[in-house]
Amino acid sequence: MSTRVMPFRGSLTSREQVSVYEFSWAAIIFIPLAAVLIQIFIPVKVRFMPIVDLPFMVTIFFATARRNPITGCLTGCGIGLMQDLFAGPGLSHPLGMYGIALTIIGYLASSLGVKIDVDNPGSRFLITFAFFGVHQGVYYGVAHGLLRQGVQWSWSHTAISALANAVIGIFVYKLLDRFKQR
Amino acid sequence: MDTFLGRYRNLIVLAAILFAQIIGLALQVRRPTDAGETRLIRLWAVSAVTPLESAVIHTQAWVGNLWTTYIYLHGVRRENRELRAEIGQMKIEEARLSEDARMARRIQSLLAFKEQYIDSTIAAQVIGTSGSDQSRVLYIDKGSNDGITVDMAVITPSGIVGKIAQVFPDSSQVLPINDQFSGVGAALKDSRLQGILKGAPNGATTLQYIMSDEKVVPGEEVITSGGDRIFPKGLPVGRVVSSEPGKDLFLNIRVIPSARLDQLEEVLVVTKITEKMPDAKDLGPLRASDILAERLPTVPNKTEVDAAGNAKPGTAAAPGTTPAGPGTATAGSTAAHPATPGNGGSKPAVGATIPNKPAGAAYASPTTATYGTVKPKATTPANGRAAGTAVKPANNASTTQPGDSGAQDNGAASPPAKKRVKPAPESTPSAPSEQPSTPPAGAPPQ
Repeated sequence: MSTRVMPFRGSLTSREQVSVYEFSWAAIIFIPLAAVLIQIFIPVKVRFMPIVDLPFMVTIFFATARRNPITGCLTGCGIGLMQDLFAGPGLSHPLGMYGIALTIIGYLASSLGVKIDVDNPGSRFLITFAFFGVHQGVYYGVAHGLLRQGVQWSWSHTAISALANAVIGIFVYKLLDRFKQR
Repeated sequence: MDTFLGRYRNLIVLAAILFAQIIGLALQVRRPTDAGETRLIRLWAVSAVTPLESAVIHTQAWVGNLWTTYIYLHGVRRENRELRAEIGQMKIEEARLSEDARMARRIQSLLAFKEQYIDSTIAAQVIGTSGSDQSRVLYIDKGSNDGITVDMAVITPSGIVGKIAQVFPDSSQVLPINDQFSGVGAALKDSRLQGILKGAPNGATTLQYIMSDEKVVPGEEVITSGGDRIFPKGLPVGRVVSSEPGKDLFLNIRVIPSARLDQLEEVLVVTKITEKMPDAKDLGPLRASDILAERLPTVPNKTEVDAAGNAKPGTAAAPGTTPAGPGTATAGSTAAHPATPGNGGSKPAVGATIPNKPAGAAYASPTTATYGTVKPKATTPANGRAAGTAVKPANNASTTQPGDSGAQDNGAASPPAKKRVKPAPESTPSAPSEQPSTPPAGAPPQ
């Protein structure tokens, strides 16, 4: 796998280098689009599907693979806004709720991707599990704090969803690894 | 400065992107009804993916239909036999219920109650969801081009689903009843307690705003109350699963929806609801007394009688007098032909006759037509009737002559009548022979 390498920016003293993957433009456009479309199609037949958040996983995948916080922010913002378009009526779900949440996730994931090895299934599991909680927390903060919506927070539901996403994410990331340019 | 920007470039970009989105949120919240850019971009997005969604779903449905209709027929014969048996049982039940329904509609007609009827519906296919755990909205394949508008009710034969939240040209967004932003006027079917059915983030539905001192038992059926002006009254909503005291003096009643909201494929959008009176003509065959009432001639105004019992030509009977509807009978020719000059206005002898009148007719609605000179509002029984007047139940419709209401009244106490009203069949309830002639004032209609 020929990949660009970059110095580890997290510490001035470290000389560790990590791989930075690149993707084709088609992959950058169509993978998030497919993730959002699958997310709104599949639950018609598979009702537990809303627990699984494919756009969230794709955001983490691109952010950790490219390891650039700015592109991570932009990727998260784009995917989140695309998800917002279908997420609900305008009054209860204005554009930007998922956009803000995934922008922050994209930034954090790409920042973390610079510092640790994110190609390991174990670290992927932990990153997905932890960031899903962050994602839900940011969403709740936007809905409750900014928009004053009466949304409820459920620790158990969030934990189960995070676990499901973390497990399924391992396989999704494995699939998406094929689109990394060699 | 360059060093600062270079060092914190990532954070600055992050802050700028977040700031832009927060400003966008604020603008949308500030202008919630503005159909501007936000609405337009949603319109573009949904319109772009709707053909794809429809194609995928319809192809899947076609393949599934091919399998279930032509290939997978195992067990159809047995299922057909079971369904026939079930139809037989339902026919028996239907016969019993239809009689009850006819009686209820007749009473509603008498009381001038208006019912809501679903006039027309459009069948639609569910083609997508929000794809989000926080929102449970659905997308259907019918939009404004098919006549769908916002706030139309969406139902299935088994129960209500939700309402139309947004409409696009070829698709619509449905806000189901288990969404956390949904609210439906609902009532408990047996106890008639009314509340609001609300959804929750986890998809549960609860009936709220019912006082904690009320008794609600699990298993009780929940129906729409019609209070939200979206769903017609009486549609099945769900069933009570549990009821426990909540906060703020209200019960926390968990309800399981009747419609399988997690397995919806086809739904009905209610496009037209009308309010009208139940038509008693449609309730069944006409009775002999009704036919007779239609064929009988109208009766001229009655004459008033003075204190001595002599008729005063040109005066009419009091509005407060009890009319003799078709089917009521009087004994004796004197009372039966009150319109005859010098005869009809004469006061009947005490103990002679008064017209029989069913209880329900005493509370006739404004639409209830009566013979003679009686205005509907003034049909209170026993009004103006001489005390001690004997009552004789009527049992022979053939002897009935309309317009004899003034015959038994104290004519001197009766103001002149306004006009004659042509009777309607539904206004003439049958007069059972064993029924007492006049109900007490204030008695409920039967």
